[in-house]
Amino acid sequence: MADTGTLSVRDLGKTYPVGTGEVEAIRSISFDVRAGELVCIVGPSGCGKTTLLKCLSGLLSPTTGSVLLDGQAVLAPPEKMAVVFQEYGRSLYPWLSVRDNVGLPLKARGVPRDEREQAVRAALEEVGLGQALASFPWQLSGGMQQRVAIARAIAYQPEVLVMDEPFAAVDAQTRADLEDLVRRVWQDLGVTVIFVTHDIDESVYLGERVLVLSSSPTVVQEDLAVDLPAARDQISTRALPRFTELRTHVHEQIQHAKRGARTPLPRPTS
Amino acid sequence: MTRTRLRPVAGALRAVGYAAGLPALALLAWALATDRSASIYFPPPGTIANAFAATWFGPAFTTDVLPSLGRFAVGVLLSIVIGVVAGTAIGTTRWLRDLLEPLFEFFRAVPPVVLVPVLMLMLGVGDSMRIAVIVSGCVWPVLLNTVEGVRGVDTVLTETSRSYRVRGALSLRYVVLPAASPQIMAGIRLCLSIGLILMVISEMFASSSGLGYRIVYFQRSFMIAQMWSGIVLLGLIGVAVATLYGIAERRVLHWYHGMREVARG
Repeated sequence: MADTGTLSVRDLGKTYPVGTGEVEAIRSISFDVRAGELVCIVGPSGCGKTTLLKCLSGLLSPTTGSVLLDGQAVLAPPEKMAVVFQEYGRSLYPWLSVRDNVGLPLKARGVPRDEREQAVRAALEEVGLGQALASFPWQLSGGMQQRVAIARAIAYQPEVLVMDEPFAAVDAQTRADLEDLVRRVWQDLGVTVIFVTHDIDESVYLGERVLVLSSSPTVVQEDLAVDLPAARDQISTRALPRFTELRTHVHEQIQHAKRGARTPLPRPTS
Repeated sequence: MTRTRLRPVAGALRAVGYAAGLPALALLAWALATDRSASIYFPPPGTIANAFAATWFGPAFTTDVLPSLGRFAVGVLLSIVIGVVAGTAIGTTRWLRDLLEPLFEFFRAVPPVVLVPVLMLMLGVGDSMRIAVIVSGCVWPVLLNTVEGVRGVDTVLTETSRSYRVRGALSLRYVVLPAASPQIMAGIRLCLSIGLILMVISEMFASSSGLGYRIVYFQRSFMIAQMWSGIVLLGLIGVAVATLYGIAERRVLHWYHGMREVARG
């Protein structure tokens, strides 16, 4: 497990044609993610977070540069990667039960029925939805729907789990629960997690590392290690002076980035 | 206690009242109007009812009603199959769409009835001509709605399927067709009503059996009550078809109606 799930982003750039001209969404992004790491990517709104994520997951091909998963170039959605989207309401299949929503990617992979059923049940237990097998997604609350999407990703047994602002549309309390769920899943499964968010506190609370992006055309403005204890708690971790220092630093970085800066501010010392 | 127990009964009675109330009133109005009139063109409901029983519960059921229903069923089923298969292919293939769309606009604008003489020349005057007439009109709403439905699959859903590598037949069966099903079903509803009209019209030309033929025959023979009873039968078939469609739609689109109910709160 430890040596698979490494991700390298090399000079990735993306330019969209718009009318007669073109818009440079991402100028050049490079970073490496070790196997089993939990990295949060945060940046000012409109900085191309979603574009970056789509390039990472093989849904969009970059204009320049490349993405390597375990040394192999990502040219199409890789088998060992699962994606959780922000719009849970639009990423779950409303005509399929919760069971079939989680099971369909496994069916596509050719997993036999019994094995599939087991994996689906286990994944739903993991997210605390063991009793919702036969429900339809739209019968569940927003937070529960996003849990189903996470269960689908877990059942897929990925090496890399990519999450695109997954909790942007749920209420604050549900969000806190889901954040702890992501930490737990990450620790239980030992997968690499790339978590894109616009929420600064969330990025510091969740991540082992925070990548701060500049505003568009985007580069990596700062690569910050989060030196908080591994066991995190919504109340005590967020009350740590170090947490406040880090979040203030990331916040300043983003303000700095919004003014058009491309270089980091000096780091806070621990 | 008694009130709560009576409530569903009262509800059912009210539903029947609403459904049957207006037809009963119309029947009453018809009876009152024809009672005083001496016009042979508008016989009273009792006469029509007698003609109905005598005409359609006899041999005409097998010589006219069943063949008509058979042609209708085959024509509509063919239209649905052709419409959904071709519509899916066209909706998912960009160059095919660009190629065919102007042509479709032309064919859709041609009233299918004018094809009857053409199809008679090509296919003779048998069942195949009549089925071809039904298909030529019924296939369009299904086809065009399928194209739109297949094209309009939510991008997030498409990206989800791509990233989980749900592809090919599996994607068609579990993602694309269900996503398009509300629009496909709307197309099928149109297809059914157009099909009934074309069934009757195709039988009015060079035919020797079927409801359309029989109604025209009665009219030409001045069997006015029988003619009216044929029209009543057509209406009843229409109601039956709509009821069957309703049952099928509730099954196929239960998720869609459920989702909309939740969204409405």
